[in-house]
Amino acid sequence: MSKLTITDLHASVITEDGETPILRGVSLVVESGTTNAIMGPNGSGKSTLAYVIAGHPKYTVTSGSIDLDGQDVLAMTVDERARAGLFLAMQYPVEIPGVSVSNFLRTSITALKGEAPKLRTWTKDMKEAMADLQMDPAFASRNVNEGFSGGEKKRHEILQLGLMQPKIAILDETDSGLDVDALKIVSEGVNRYKESSNAGVLLITHYTRILRYIQPDVVHVFVDGRIVATGGPELADILESDGYETYTAAARA
Amino acid sequence: MRAPTVAPATDLAPRVFSRTIEDFDVPAGREEEWRFAPIRKLRDFFQPADWGSVGLSGEHDVTVEYVEISDSRLSHTWMPTDRPSAIARAQATHAVLVTIPKESIHSNPIVVNLKNAGENNYLHVEVHAGPFSKSQVVLIHDTSGNVSGSMLSLLGDQADLTMLSVIDADAAVMQHLHWFTEVGRDANFHGLSITLGGGVIRTVPTLTYRAPGGKAQMLGAFLLTGDQFQEHRILVDHTQPHCVSNVIYKGALSGEGAHSVWIGDVLVRREAIGIETYELNRNLLLTDGPRADSVPNLELETGDVISAGHASATGRFDDEQLFYLQSRGIPESVARQLVVRGFFVDVLSKIDDSELSGSLMRRIESKLGIVDHE
Repeated sequence: MSKLTITDLHASVITEDGETPILRGVSLVVESGTTNAIMGPNGSGKSTLAYVIAGHPKYTVTSGSIDLDGQDVLAMTVDERARAGLFLAMQYPVEIPGVSVSNFLRTSITALKGEAPKLRTWTKDMKEAMADLQMDPAFASRNVNEGFSGGEKKRHEILQLGLMQPKIAILDETDSGLDVDALKIVSEGVNRYKESSNAGVLLITHYTRILRYIQPDVVHVFVDGRIVATGGPELADILESDGYETYTAAARA
Repeated sequence: MRAPTVAPATDLAPRVFSRTIEDFDVPAGREEEWRFAPIRKLRDFFQPADWGSVGLSGEHDVTVEYVEISDSRLSHTWMPTDRPSAIARAQATHAVLVTIPKESIHSNPIVVNLKNAGENNYLHVEVHAGPFSKSQVVLIHDTSGNVSGSMLSLLGDQADLTMLSVIDADAAVMQHLHWFTEVGRDANFHGLSITLGGGVIRTVPTLTYRAPGGKAQMLGAFLLTGDQFQEHRILVDHTQPHCVSNVIYKGALSGEGAHSVWIGDVLVRREAIGIETYELNRNLLLTDGPRADSVPNLELETGDVISAGHASATGRFDDEQLFYLQSRGIPESVARQLVVRGFFVDVLSKIDDSELSGSLMRRIESKLGIVDHE
């Protein structure tokens, strides 16, 4: 059992114009075997929350804490967080010219497990995981995210999720830009991972569409840098019909 | 004394071809071709002196010889195009000559280890790839002292030559090297210039075609740290129809005073119809401080070409790439190694000799302080 505990988290982005607070007191618990959905309008800071958990250097945590099974996540480097069992499926994964997918995945697995995977089983595992996501085997020899379509990028993120088997996965708008067929494939990938490793999932999304394929246990509404409402799956249905208006209006008031 | 050959004026091609030193003025630094160079530091290269000639170190293949500069097999037609190269040709007493016989196929690389004569040296190297031959020549420069001179790669009809020129300098030496290539009918040239460090390194690769149908690829990987200076001033002179040229130079710079200059001149003459040309320079700045000048120039005297293009970009080490790799558990040093390897891979992967390309990559990583291979 793993438990990610975020307590009263405040974070800012520092630019030439000074410090702009984005997260304004986020408290949240993600446990193994549960799926938390975070829903919010554009610019609410929900993606920032994902990046701050992963340790992106652009953001500065000004107060609050993040704890994973008794370990202080904020004291860790980005790679240490990953090795501790955190994973962020990114909305806009970056291209890495000259680095093949297979080389990247193998380097990553080696770092995560502390030893290089055995070549024979590794090739087989990778092929199977790619087949599960209906990815062409030629994908492995392409450069990481270079020339990938939007759907390919997301499949590649979920491929990593399946191979790396983190304790807690944060999915940052994995559904955005996907057509319904790709959304189903990607969602199945997430569900397979969740079942096989009894993982905790923090699913960040703008739309309720993905929640038809990945069942949330808890739904949070995220507005203006904090969680303003929490409920069961029924909350997603309310948001679907009513939108974020009531919450954004309340935040402005 | 013979009058110098004066070429018709174009903006890019050399104007004077001569072996007479006095036909070239001492550069003042204001000339277009010298405007980036540290003229004061290079001043000894502009006056003839009593320097020794670069020779060979150790055992070599039978195709490799150290010959008198008067050897009749050395090129009669090649002419220096600036003062340092004219001085080096006039003052050198000996030359290194690599002769790949007609129709011979060499599956193993021919490695040429150069050896300096002293603190200051003149260099003259010629590689003659006979018609229908296939070979790979690796030239390892001696970086124990200053060197001025020229390398010639002359390809016969349908010859296939891969040539590497490796300068791997730790010391603050100065090297001024012309690299002239002439591509024969339907011949295929792959040139790789690897420059890892050095105080002041200026290379002037010039490539032209003797007959139609030639293909040329000129690749470069260079690395600067500290307060090093490198200039790579390339000219591809398309004088013949239906030829191809492809230039890719990649540089990584780190340190406060590092300064690189890349000039990529491509001249497509009126008669050079149906050609394809592309040139690319990318520079990766690993720290704050380095300066990378990058100037591609394309001069078209005919519109009747298949393709002609260029690209140039200089960028910082991408923090987003590092973040992505680290977020997958990969430690920062390994992540940097992956990114730098990826940056150079399209240049270094062209080296067939995996041992050589591997050792060059490890040298790059050591010099950048990414991985301690020492």
